[in-house]
Amino acid sequence: MTDMTLSAPEPRKRRSNWQLLMANRLAAAGLFLFGFIVILAVLAPVLPLPNPDITDQPNRLLPPFADGHLLGTDHLGRDILSRLIWGTQVSLIVGVSATALAAIFGSLIGLVAGYARGATDSVLMRFVDMLMAFPYILLAIAIVAALGPGLLNALYAIAIVNIPFFARNIRGVTVSIRNREFVDAARLSGKSHPAILFTEVLPNVLPVIVITMSTTVGWMILETAGLSFLGLGAQPPTSDLGSMLGQARAQLFTAPHASIIPGIMIFVLVMCINLLGDGIRDVLDPRLRSGALDRPMPITKIDRKTKPAATLEDAPALVVDNLSTGFDDGKAITPAVRDISFRLGKGECLGLIGESGSGKSVTALSLMGLVASPPGVITAGGVYVGGREVLSLREQELIGLRGGRVAYVFQDPLTTLHPLFRVGEQIAEAILVHESVGKSEAHRRAVELMETVGIRDARSRASAYPHELSGGQRQRIGIAMALANDPDIIIADEPTTALDVTVQARILELLQNLRRERGLALLLITHDFGVVAQVCDRVAVMKNGEIVEQGETGAVLRDPQHDYTKRLIACVPELGEGQAFLDRVRPLFVEART
Amino acid sequence: MTAYIGKRLLAAIPVILGLSIIVFLVMKLIPGDPAQALLGSYATPDNVERINRALGLDRSWPEQYVIWIGNLLQGDFGRSYILNRPVIDEVLDRFSATLILAGASLLICSVLGILAGIVSAVRQFGWTDRIVTFFVLIGISMPAFFLGLVLILLFAVQWRLLPASGMYAVYGGGDLPDLLRHLILPAGTLAIVATGVVARLTRAAMLEVLRQDFIRTARAKGLSENAVIYRHAFRAALVSIIPVIGIQTGFVLGGAVYIETVFQWPGLGQMLVKAVSTRDLLLVQGGVLVAATLYVLVNLLADVAQAMLDPRLKA
Repeated sequence: MTDMTLSAPEPRKRRSNWQLLMANRLAAAGLFLFGFIVILAVLAPVLPLPNPDITDQPNRLLPPFADGHLLGTDHLGRDILSRLIWGTQVSLIVGVSATALAAIFGSLIGLVAGYARGATDSVLMRFVDMLMAFPYILLAIAIVAALGPGLLNALYAIAIVNIPFFARNIRGVTVSIRNREFVDAARLSGKSHPAILFTEVLPNVLPVIVITMSTTVGWMILETAGLSFLGLGAQPPTSDLGSMLGQARAQLFTAPHASIIPGIMIFVLVMCINLLGDGIRDVLDPRLRSGALDRPMPITKIDRKTKPAATLEDAPALVVDNLSTGFDDGKAITPAVRDISFRLGKGECLGLIGESGSGKSVTALSLMGLVASPPGVITAGGVYVGGREVLSLREQELIGLRGGRVAYVFQDPLTTLHPLFRVGEQIAEAILVHESVGKSEAHRRAVELMETVGIRDARSRASAYPHELSGGQRQRIGIAMALANDPDIIIADEPTTALDVTVQARILELLQNLRRERGLALLLITHDFGVVAQVCDRVAVMKNGEIVEQGETGAVLRDPQHDYTKRLIACVPELGEGQAFLDRVRPLFVEART
Repeated sequence: MTAYIGKRLLAAIPVILGLSIIVFLVMKLIPGDPAQALLGSYATPDNVERINRALGLDRSWPEQYVIWIGNLLQGDFGRSYILNRPVIDEVLDRFSATLILAGASLLICSVLGILAGIVSAVRQFGWTDRIVTFFVLIGISMPAFFLGLVLILLFAVQWRLLPASGMYAVYGGGDLPDLLRHLILPAGTLAIVATGVVARLTRAAMLEVLRQDFIRTARAKGLSENAVIYRHAFRAALVSIIPVIGIQTGFVLGGAVYIETVFQWPGLGQMLVKAVSTRDLLLVQGGVLVAATLYVLVNLLADVAQAMLDPRLKA
């Protein structure tokens, strides 16, 4: 996934990775602080610092700001500032080396396992799983126990326990890359496997290695410092930040500064690496960048310049008046639907038809403020239910209308029903929200509704989970849920698109019957003129976010005014038409292509 | 459900065997000849051979492993030559203290982490979210061994509110309130990193779920925002939060090594650190194996809990 961001440039003013990283203030701060610390550590030999190992018993445990010792001295009278900078150097070298070792061996395992697959993959990955089954630090401690305490051994131990993270991540990406065309091409050109692995696969896996490194290096510095703190890492006279802290601990009560200073240094170092690592991950992982993980609000943001009249005299069940909805990308609002107006009476069915992306669903969802927001914004117009403008209502009142007076049936019932609740429970819940009845009464009515929509053996099916039902049954549950509170209006958004043709016909029939029996106003959204012809009294044709034609279904079918409508009608194939279908449709699309 | 638990239990056996192989191999890494080390200046070739035969070291590695694992299964983890008592006795004595500490931390990190994560997701980009994100960042960057020292300085030395070390007061302690007073600082310190991780992942899981179609359905039904978030979204997010908590057990068990050292908590971690410095390898081996087995079992428990929450996983 990450290779795409590197290879495929976006058409519009795309900022470089570096600019993106710098735009993230926290990451930039982390980078500069980290850079400063690294420079200090590198310059340690040339800075005018006292020798970090020279002891000076008379001047032991001097507090910070003492003469000649900016940060004071430790229990042996050594200068803390000097030891801090030298210790930081050791900690950085050890942490970065451990990361590099883990990255090299982990990536190698991941590349080979992911590229070779088969038995090699199984053996390598089982071994990696075993390593991961250990509580992390305990394995490192066992390794240090075997090798003996020491800085180098601590480094090996931390590197080994981190190998699995790299192996797993890199294997995953390698598996997805090995079957891509450019790898096949290289294979056909006669390149050897190692050559393919290192010249074709590795460059594409590199971003993942970088992400994993940047997110684990802080952790590794922390852990090597930890082992030194316990006395298992750096041994005197060498010291890193962890062993400074470990040695100063004995004087914690008399000279806390000797412990606190190296502790803060570890903390700051790890924090700026983490900030930087998060920043790098955000830049290289496109999903996080696009804001795809924004939390949708309970109601679509409404930002209209003028408020429409609060009520409408003599209005039918549903009136939509010049409704416009757009998407806010942070800089500007891109309109999705514009000036949508239609009316829908009791017992009537209006078909809203158009191709994918024409704005049908956005229109349907806008009516009850269900367009995900951010980024959705309703920018103009009004929606009247029973003559009352609902987008001006208080949030609680609008939510009260949802599922009560106005109910929805959605397209794919597998994703639109909650996967973890029993279907009976989900229908009963819809009743309980709007009515104060007992749980058992709500459940009884849910079973009744399931019978109404034609589910056989409803009592036992009520305790099924959605994944245990067929597609048609699931959609019947969706309809039963919409009927739960005897609504005036049902908005069905492509209710049959995810179903096969025979089931589709039965679901449409069910909706038809319900409409007749209950006098429902039905807004049916579809891309199929066949469905419209079968069910709808009137039809509105949408294209590019606007309604281009509206009228009685029969009239529109007989004499379509707009070219787009003609094309949509022509797209309904007739049985036995064969090749003639293409001949009939092709000329209609000639001008559309230009 | 019983069948599922049985299947998972069976699947755990090879993992635990694998753990034992790795521990065995690590112990075989030890540089130098054990017989030589034991005998010191008495290491004549004759004596070395005799010791090797007595310890079974003249056999092949697979044979040695089988003998070793057979002994383990009978509860014979060997004898600690420093403490001069069976390894298993020492490990079990220490184990309960670690369980109390790790259990308390796990409880803290689950409750606080999940709450913080939810609040942070619900108030995304708001002030609460920023404050939580800030503390999460501090939490995951803070060395627990350093934080422990700072907390001792503040709560035990400066304000004299809580004891600085140990599990019970030396005089007149030993009851539950005494234990809790001693538990607050170490358990809180140990929980800090795990809390950060749980909060982060809970936030991400909630945001992921809140984009799903079935959340829109819940809204279209007319559910209040609280019901949408705490009933529908959280219930679905919990399925991916449970394994994260299982993994945190590993961090808590590992982190206990530092915390027990800093707070003089008489647990497995403190024992391990001492055993490593005295090179009491059998004790290290026993302690690591028991802790790792516990970790595997906790993750098994997390798997089962996850399957109970998500009927789709049982199939």
